[in-house]
Amino acid sequence: MPLTIGVPKEVQENERRVATTPEAIGQLLKLGFKVAVESGAGVAAKFTDDAYAEAGATVIADTKQLWADSDIILKVRAPQQHPELGINEADLLKEGQTLVSFMAPAQNPELLETLASKKINALAVEGIPRISRAQKMDCLSSMANIAGYRAIIEAAQQFGRFFTGQITAAGKVPPAKILVIGAGVAGLSAIGTAASMGAIVRAFDTRMEAKDQVESLGGEFLVLEFDDGDGSGEGGYAKTMSDEFIAAEMAMFAEQAKEVDIVITTALIPGRPAPELWTEEMVKSMKEGSVIVDLAAEMGGNCKLTEANQIVTKHGVTLIGYTDLPSRLPTQASQLYATNLRHLMSDMCPEKDGNLVIDFEDEVVRGATVVKAGEITWPPPAPKLSAAPKTEAKAEPVPEPVEPKSKVGSNIAAAVVAGAALLGMGAVAPTDFMAHFTVFVLACFVGYMVVWNVTASLHTPLMSVTNAISSIIIIGALFQISSSDGLLMWLSAFAVFITMANIVGGFAVTRRMLAMFQK
Amino acid sequence: MLSQGVMTAAYIGASILFILALGGLSSQESSKRGNYFGMAGMALALVATVLGVVTANWLILAVAMGAGALVGLILAKKVQMTQMPELVAILHSMVGLAAVLVGYATFLDHSKVFVGAEQTIHDIEIYLGVLIGALTFSGSVIAYLKLSAKIGGKPLLLPARHWLNLAMGIGAIVVGYMFVSQSGNGGDALNSGMTPLLIMTAIALVFGIHMVMAIGGADMPVVVSMLNSYSGWAAAATGFMLGNDLLIVVGALVGSSGAILSYIMCRAMNRNFLSVIAGGFGTTSGSGGGEGAEVEGEITPIESAEVVALLKDAKEIMIIPGYGMAVAQAQHSVREMVSKLKAKGKNVRFGIHPVAGRMPGHMNVLLAEAKVPYDIVFEMDEINDDFPNVDVSIVIGANDIVNPAALEVPDSPIAGMPVLECWNGETTIILKRSMATGYAGVENPLFYKDNSRMLFGDAKESIDSLVKGLD
Repeated sequence: MPLTIGVPKEVQENERRVATTPEAIGQLLKLGFKVAVESGAGVAAKFTDDAYAEAGATVIADTKQLWADSDIILKVRAPQQHPELGINEADLLKEGQTLVSFMAPAQNPELLETLASKKINALAVEGIPRISRAQKMDCLSSMANIAGYRAIIEAAQQFGRFFTGQITAAGKVPPAKILVIGAGVAGLSAIGTAASMGAIVRAFDTRMEAKDQVESLGGEFLVLEFDDGDGSGEGGYAKTMSDEFIAAEMAMFAEQAKEVDIVITTALIPGRPAPELWTEEMVKSMKEGSVIVDLAAEMGGNCKLTEANQIVTKHGVTLIGYTDLPSRLPTQASQLYATNLRHLMSDMCPEKDGNLVIDFEDEVVRGATVVKAGEITWPPPAPKLSAAPKTEAKAEPVPEPVEPKSKVGSNIAAAVVAGAALLGMGAVAPTDFMAHFTVFVLACFVGYMVVWNVTASLHTPLMSVTNAISSIIIIGALFQISSSDGLLMWLSAFAVFITMANIVGGFAVTRRMLAMFQK
Repeated sequence: MLSQGVMTAAYIGASILFILALGGLSSQESSKRGNYFGMAGMALALVATVLGVVTANWLILAVAMGAGALVGLILAKKVQMTQMPELVAILHSMVGLAAVLVGYATFLDHSKVFVGAEQTIHDIEIYLGVLIGALTFSGSVIAYLKLSAKIGGKPLLLPARHWLNLAMGIGAIVVGYMFVSQSGNGGDALNSGMTPLLIMTAIALVFGIHMVMAIGGADMPVVVSMLNSYSGWAAAATGFMLGNDLLIVVGALVGSSGAILSYIMCRAMNRNFLSVIAGGFGTTSGSGGGEGAEVEGEITPIESAEVVALLKDAKEIMIIPGYGMAVAQAQHSVREMVSKLKAKGKNVRFGIHPVAGRMPGHMNVLLAEAKVPYDIVFEMDEINDDFPNVDVSIVIGANDIVNPAALEVPDSPIAGMPVLECWNGETTIILKRSMATGYAGVENPLFYKDNSRMLFGDAKESIDSLVKGLD
């Protein structure tokens, strides 16, 4: 029996996104699901009811009926008070249903309690671990990407100047200087957007691994002259840094505050209030007309002067505290979110038979599931793999300084032993032998020098030619072939025969091979 | 008859020519000239020796040389490029055999009389020459049989094989002591010491067989280069035996060349030389490590029509050949595909792993045979960083050399081995006969990656169908 996926209209004010798109519906139907969409759900994101119906979904006008008929509810926002029906959306849930949406499980323990009491399964998309395999389902990254882009657009709206520097007939225009704090997905997206608009972009992140990413997008990475290890934490997020580090960081920000025109802050630590990185002092030292976009406004803000969901001007600086930046690009945000959810559904529907399997062996599903059959299963066990395998690289430098030392030690020991052996040999061996030995050792060195220069693609010819010349052993046979002893002569004749075959064969095949190499 | 001085001068000339021959191989342009230097050196040494020391039996000498040269020419003409590893192995065995023969002949020759330490050193030189020669001979014969698939490529692992090796090593030393003391005290009995010499030869032959039998197919590049090295040391030992500097120089050149190749091959597999020689790679570690590399996900097959579409859209194409290309004799079809792609304005390059194939440089020779220009053929280190810009990588009959487990799974048997990181590209097409593991017996997570596509079937037929599709 295929399950029905229901997509209700979002009820939160100013929420323009929708959890599925006509395009994603086609894919969901292929997985065997049926899809029902509440009438008008996609209007704000420019998806009409007709488009949904054309894609194969049932459009249902009655909200209650939609919730009642669905086995799986895909939403953007967590359940909340429904303004038209006058009840909480959570009360529309029925036992056995599965709800997938943003839930902020760390901040909303009461919500989890409520959901658990409804005996449903709940998947919080924030819980999808940041592992390579789950990238296609990573809703946070999709939304952060949009937020970063939109942050620059909002800043440009409020900023009274060009981003790019120009020399016009009416005078010279300096380029805008933008500082992005936190080079996560949102930060990188902001860097790329601002750089492509011509601004000078600087970025700071506690994780050194972000440096290349920042530079690849045209930003300049600010490096703190401070050694406190790398700030990569578990699961691809930054970890909290030491007090000294933060002091050095703040000093650098204070310097930057006097120079930059626009600041984008994106620093978030999962499950905790946003760290205060931009103080009132820094705001005061900024130029008149500067703009701050605080992407952490929902979690208290990286700047304390920010007011969530507001644009305020303090000390001559405009502070943008929008928390619904992704929703301000509703069509794009809905498309990406719908695709993420569609991938999550196909991950949870391995048989493609329209049934949902909540498999706790699957790291992705385990991470996202916050309530299973009425039991709260949050928080999940720590993820096994970080998106950036930085720990391996960190583990390496420890043994390294030790190794060369012991190597040098063993090299010296080997040299001493070899020297002693040589001396010992020289003491007993006849001079004639030592003369030959000298030749031997020198030839080994010459061989060593010459062969290292041989290009790798000619290794096979090298082997065949060395094989040919090692048949110089024929000289040994030639010395004996004139012997009057019959046995000696025949042994030597046979040796001459095979070495000659080797010489001619080796050189000829080498020549044949080398003739084939061509530009 | 040439005087000793003239002969020595000729030998110096020959030594220099041989060094120039190896030096010439540093680039494709100078390599042909290098080969001629080698031939000239050999001719010079031969003429000088023949004129200098041969006093009788001219007819037999001429017949032996003529017949040998003929056989060599025929071998060189007839061999196919895919069979190069076998040919090189069998040629090594000849050097080993010649060293044994010359060693015996020198032992039986009593025209020169040595006394005291000189006698002892001379005996040790004979002993070593024969030992290394016999080892090279039997080892190379086994390598030849393995490479030509006349016997299975699977490592033969006797119980207590390390002890067996140790016992044979000790045995060789003990017998060597007996040989030196008997030969030194033999007095008038001309062939005293013959028995220990024969025993040792038998031990060395068995040792060579056992050593190569225990080594798996994937380690063949190391074995072939190691035998190359041994054939050089055998020549050097013979040189000491005869007091001939030319042999010593050449032996040392060849010996160090083979040793360096062995080292390069070992490094390319991130393996210790001793562990390769100790043998057994691919069976013991394979069963244990297979679990460590358990892969989740599923493979995505692809049809050749889809591959053609991908190739038509791509700009940067990388081809990664492996032993499978040699087995399927697909190099000519590959070249045809490459010319078609280049005609469409694609940038096509080859990425060669050092241990791809069965001997060092095997893939390069195959591609050269198919007339692939060498300036689009790159070594792993040269192109590994370029993969993020590559649109389509085509892996032809390779497995372990493109296995991400080498980098990602610390307990994998191939952990730490440098590999071609094709998964960093846009799409990887893998041509494969079946889902079997490579020689290392390790699961390959590459096949399960989202951007990997499997094109099943014989490599040559698959490439041919691509060539048709590209028309």
